[in-house]
Amino acid sequence: MKHTLSVLVENKPGVLARVAELFARRGFNIDSLAVGTTEKPDISRMTIVVDVEEHSLEQVRKQLHKLINIIEIIDLDPDASVAREMVLAKIRVDADNRSEVIEIVDIFRGNIVDVSRESIVVEVTGNASKLRAFEDLLKPYGIRELVRTGKVALPRGK
Amino acid sequence: MKLSGAKALVKSLEDEGVEIVFGIPGGVVLPFFDALYDSKMRKVLTRHEQGAAHMADGYARATGRVGVCISTSGPGATNLVTGIANAYMDSIPMIAITGQVASHMIGTDAFQEADTTGITLPIVKHNYLIKDAAEITDVMQEAFYIARTGRPGPVVIDVPVDIFRGEVNYSRREAPQLKGYKPTYKGHKKQIRLAAKAILESAKPVLYVGGGLITSDASAELKKLATGNNIYVTHTLMGKGVFPESNRLSLGMLGMHGTRAANYAVCETDLIIAAGVRFDDRITGKLSEFAPNAKVIHMDIDPAEISKNVQANIPIVGDARQILRELNTILKEIRHEVETPDRKPWNSMIEEWKAKYPLTYEKNSGLKPQFVVEKIYEITKGDAIICTEVGQNQMWAAQYYKMEKPRRFITSGGLGTMGFGFPAAIGAQLGKPKDLVIDIAGDGSFQMTMQEMATAVLDKAPVKVAVLNNGYLGMVRQWQQLFYGRKYSSSCLRRGESPDLVALAEAFGAKGILVTDPEMVEPAIKEAIDTDCPVLIDFHVEEEENVYPMVAPGAPLYDMIGDMLYPVEKIDLEETEEPFL
Repeated sequence: MKHTLSVLVENKPGVLARVAELFARRGFNIDSLAVGTTEKPDISRMTIVVDVEEHSLEQVRKQLHKLINIIEIIDLDPDASVAREMVLAKIRVDADNRSEVIEIVDIFRGNIVDVSRESIVVEVTGNASKLRAFEDLLKPYGIRELVRTGKVALPRGK
Repeated sequence: MKLSGAKALVKSLEDEGVEIVFGIPGGVVLPFFDALYDSKMRKVLTRHEQGAAHMADGYARATGRVGVCISTSGPGATNLVTGIANAYMDSIPMIAITGQVASHMIGTDAFQEADTTGITLPIVKHNYLIKDAAEITDVMQEAFYIARTGRPGPVVIDVPVDIFRGEVNYSRREAPQLKGYKPTYKGHKKQIRLAAKAILESAKPVLYVGGGLITSDASAELKKLATGNNIYVTHTLMGKGVFPESNRLSLGMLGMHGTRAANYAVCETDLIIAAGVRFDDRITGKLSEFAPNAKVIHMDIDPAEISKNVQANIPIVGDARQILRELNTILKEIRHEVETPDRKPWNSMIEEWKAKYPLTYEKNSGLKPQFVVEKIYEITKGDAIICTEVGQNQMWAAQYYKMEKPRRFITSGGLGTMGFGFPAAIGAQLGKPKDLVIDIAGDGSFQMTMQEMATAVLDKAPVKVAVLNNGYLGMVRQWQQLFYGRKYSSSCLRRGESPDLVALAEAFGAKGILVTDPEMVEPAIKEAIDTDCPVLIDFHVEEEENVYPMVAPGAPLYDMIGDMLYPVEKIDLEETEEPFL
């Protein structure tokens, strides 16, 4: 099962390496990992999506907690949190189908961030299923390159 | 107070109460050794950095203080790695200070550069690469705090050479500032109450105790719990000495080479009271058949150990000593509220196992390694600090040297580091100068760190090394005999050809004694004890003696082979599966 962990860490060199090493060493699989600054300059937030059983999730949390630089770990409940991911995709287009593609991008409330004669680059944010649907729709046109940021998430309310 | 980085490091060590450091200088740590020269701290120059790490480790285990080792960058630091991993696996408080190339050269593959923090990342409790001399005092204070608190462990501090030369405004904080590190000491009262109730309701309880109780200094509380409630105790290798083995409630060690009584008790119990242990594979045997009918109370200071291998029904996170103290109080309070089942059948069953299956070996005219250990025990009246190497020597020492007190059985439990015992013995001896320290060794293990004999001689650590010399990597040979059709592939050390251990000891300036006959054992041990300098006794024991009983790797605990009950001749080796571990 997939779990999203929101992990507050001290903003110190090597913290990402410690987390990555721990996952590798203990044989836990990371689906995605996004890290960035928070409202406090000395604290960063990692959003880690892991695919593990309940028992292993407990181990992941406890082992992570043993890292000295980790301050807090929150197992985000999908119903009580908001999660977003962004995708950048370069799509093959020509004069005939460009407007068709732009229409799809509009439906997904995406933006076109680069246009050339043979391709456009679009950005779309959303949850995982929306991005998957977006990708599926654009596949027939030809996706030349694609990158996803990995999930970032916050608990709702308060 | 303004100090150089090197002097600030030295002052930090002094302020932490460090009295002795083990290490070897080299290029980039010269400024540090220069500053150390002027300190009152004792400096022990080892012959290999691995020796320095193991000495710091042995010192820490014997004294309960933090052990400190020092090396230069690159090869110096990588040579420490085995010792750091060893301390990590056994939760030993240790500080390793490693030199590093100058800050501006890091990442350029400079001479003697190695990524020490990267290399040691998976084998430390924490590590630091100091990037600014101003960090030194905070880092040192944090490092010692992290190493010795909670579940202890090694902390590496990597210091570039320019940082030693930098300037520091030395001032210590009242307490280190660590946002993400707050070990839990006090156990949850409700959980302890549940545990107390479970204990009183149990018809067949057994205590399973380990090294964590030694760390938390909980022997007295454990004894009160066991004797006050008449509960039998089995200990792990790491827990040897935490409960007196002469006590009638002691079952001895459990696991792969444990006693039948201990292993049977764990298989049959309805309540495992586990404290300071981690259900290691050498303890549980086949996990799916481990204690199938038991409820499990698991106390440990490290939450990650709870339900890692065996699901705990009543987990209690905290310091074992505090938990046990509280548990004893609650047990007293609620004793009359709970009806305890009749434990007589259980107790008499255990007594029967103990009487029927004592640890024993075939006594013939040959020189038996078990006999040597028994003699050492007898002559030292069980009061020596015993260090061991790893393998058969370790298991025989654990089986036949009974321990009454904690911190006197020093062995590499988790990592299983051959070559640990001898330098650890030197460290223990320097920390406990008045005690008799004996390393029970094998010829294979001893040859891995024997160069430290020079350290023992020159630093006046009069340790005694009892080499149970069987001319083999004994445990490897035993496994090859049992599981690989007696093909002794690369395990014969060719005793009698090289080296001559007695001559070797003499070459180092120690004393060497050769023993080839049972008659010679006692006088040799007595002579060694009466000698002021390090002594090596080369016991030429029977070559193909095995450690029994034994639970084959991957087998369930009740399935023990090799002793009187199930002699090896009865084992159909053709049927034996290739060991899993």
